[in-house]
Amino acid sequence: MGGTIAVERILGEGGALIREPLLRIERRFVVYEAMLRQRRFDTIMMRAQRQGRIGFHLGSEGEEAAILGVAEALADTDFLVPCYRESAALFHRGFPIESFVDQSVGNARDVNRGRQMPVHFSSADHRCLSVSAPIGTQIPHAVGVGYAAKMRDERIAVAVFFGDGATSSQGFHEGLTLAAALEVPVVFFCRNNRYAISLPVEEQCRAETLVDKAVGYGIPAYRVDGDDVLAVHFRACKALAEARSARRPIFIELLTYRRGAHSSSDDPTRYRSEVPPRDPIQIFRDHLYTLEAFDEEAIGRRIDAFDRDLRAMLRRAEAAPKPSIESIVEGVYAKPTRTQLRQLEAIQAAREL
Amino acid sequence: MVEALRGALAEEMERDANVIVIGEDIGRLGGVFRVTDGLLERFGRDRVIDAPLAEGGIVGTAIGMAMHGLRPVVEIQFADFIYPAFDQLVNEAAKMRYRSGAQFAVPMVVRAPAGGGIKGGHYHSQSPEAYFAHTPGLKVYYPASPNDARAMLLEAIRDPDPVIFFEPKRVYRAVREPREDYEVRERARILRPGEDISCISYGASIYECLEAAEAAARRGIEVEIIDLRSLIPLDEETLDRSVRHTGRALIVHEAPLTGGYGGELVAGIVERNFAWLRARPMRVAGIDAPFPYALELEALPSARRILLAIEALMRESEEALPQTVFGDARDSRQGGLAAARTEDREPKNDSGVKKGDEDSVEGAMEIK
Repeated sequence: MGGTIAVERILGEGGALIREPLLRIERRFVVYEAMLRQRRFDTIMMRAQRQGRIGFHLGSEGEEAAILGVAEALADTDFLVPCYRESAALFHRGFPIESFVDQSVGNARDVNRGRQMPVHFSSADHRCLSVSAPIGTQIPHAVGVGYAAKMRDERIAVAVFFGDGATSSQGFHEGLTLAAALEVPVVFFCRNNRYAISLPVEEQCRAETLVDKAVGYGIPAYRVDGDDVLAVHFRACKALAEARSARRPIFIELLTYRRGAHSSSDDPTRYRSEVPPRDPIQIFRDHLYTLEAFDEEAIGRRIDAFDRDLRAMLRRAEAAPKPSIESIVEGVYAKPTRTQLRQLEAIQAAREL
Repeated sequence: MVEALRGALAEEMERDANVIVIGEDIGRLGGVFRVTDGLLERFGRDRVIDAPLAEGGIVGTAIGMAMHGLRPVVEIQFADFIYPAFDQLVNEAAKMRYRSGAQFAVPMVVRAPAGGGIKGGHYHSQSPEAYFAHTPGLKVYYPASPNDARAMLLEAIRDPDPVIFFEPKRVYRAVREPREDYEVRERARILRPGEDISCISYGASIYECLEAAEAAARRGIEVEIIDLRSLIPLDEETLDRSVRHTGRALIVHEAPLTGGYGGELVAGIVERNFAWLRARPMRVAGIDAPFPYALELEALPSARRILLAIEALMRESEEALPQTVFGDARDSRQGGLAAARTEDREPKNDSGVKKGDEDSVEGAMEIK
């Protein structure tokens, strides 16, 4: 079934274009720089984790094209419903990286107020829902946001991300069932990075492709080379536009490869040994070399400057105070309960001992 | 109660265009208990959503709706079928405001008919409130009367927090009362004043408690009946005032005893009101077994079982020699374990209680 759906590509051998992309040339440089910045960001944050400066990190090495191709296609009014590997998409919408660093440290400046472990970001200002760790639970949330937008007659789309592993989860199956039944403007972006932590996709599912699952729910589906940022952007633009106007769900499988570990807590040498496919950053760079206006050096200088900035952000985040002790009960309910306040008093008394 | 709930839903949907209802068979059929009967015709299929059979997806979708301006009211056909949505409720709805630093909230109501006594067997009789009461971030309401159900549903829909709203299905058609409008505001209610025992309950068991209280009154025991109405948050004030007055606490609920909400109530009552208690608190609860079909009335807390507990509570507290906090005072006379414990505690005791001084111990217990 899904095997008959051709994998869409735009970038060909030696950076040649197979078909005309939708991404304008000047924006190609911006997206490329964002990919490089994300790679550097993940490298430094992973190192900070190894040094014990942050408790955890989860990077997107190898999946920058899949994530940023979609982020570039989103309108500001569209909703982003992340899995957890899409920090690059949030940054692309203007979320300050320093705020992410504050979240990773869990200080008082964190917009989440130090409540969650690193990489569990959220930003209402950037229409980005809140990350949680259970797999696939965000998929029905996207359906609900899409339904609310449709009911309120807003011409927006909802982009929800998840990995290949999530296509086995309850949230995926029930979310797609409801999306199809309720006809919501949601685009499902499945980053098929080949592994659910350690389990290869071939062992997760005996269907020919993951797209088969969407087809089974009656949702139009596409397969895109997720390492080809121009192809990802092209299909994302088309799908998001269709979701906004026709108000129906669309499924896109982004075929990519998780080059790094699942997270800072994982050791991929225990379960895989294959040679990774070509890096999406290199694939894109081949194309940019064919463009006259490409100023690789200037970009390199900015990335080096970012490197220094990020280190400073980490130092500032570490120096910032921890969240107040009162915040431990604030916001569980709109108003703390008596029981919570009594518990807070006990904690405060112990601190004053 | 069905009419009261339906009226409340219609009223809120009329008042606020963002209120929608979603669930299985709630539109065309009007719900298996007909709570949503007529809403589809009145408010249309965009706001009265007949959902596919997917409780986790339904609740997850409702969470998304609530995060973008709607006020969804979910119907779970039977509370017994709420478990597929457990992850969404416990890991997502309950934590959303906290984990996002109040950037997002989930103003959602999940209605679930609960409790036994309708010949429903394992899967149409359960009382799963304790699972949710154990999760910070969820509110748990459990009305027992039509007017309470109406008032509490209105308040739940307007509440900024997710509310699990259990409806005692045995009461759906059994209890009717003239409509009366008032506020509940998460306060418990004293349904019957009494001097001797504070009987604390919620949901359909309230009616067995009232029946038992009538029987007890004929034997000269005055039982105060407290309907909690809201389990989370808990109205400790009303509870404690009553317990301090009567000195005796009896908890009644349909859910199984072990790990039930009654255990939490007893612990809290003892922790906050220890010195006022004249007897050990008691619980009358559902049997620790999957809800049985043929013997369902035996499994439930019946008026008879409640009456027996009432009598036992009175007998124990009256028969006993001064009941000390460490057991029977007779033990301390004999220099037993209780005395040893009294001794251990003496240096920190500021009530002037001395080892083996029963009168003083009793004195301490009589403070009101």
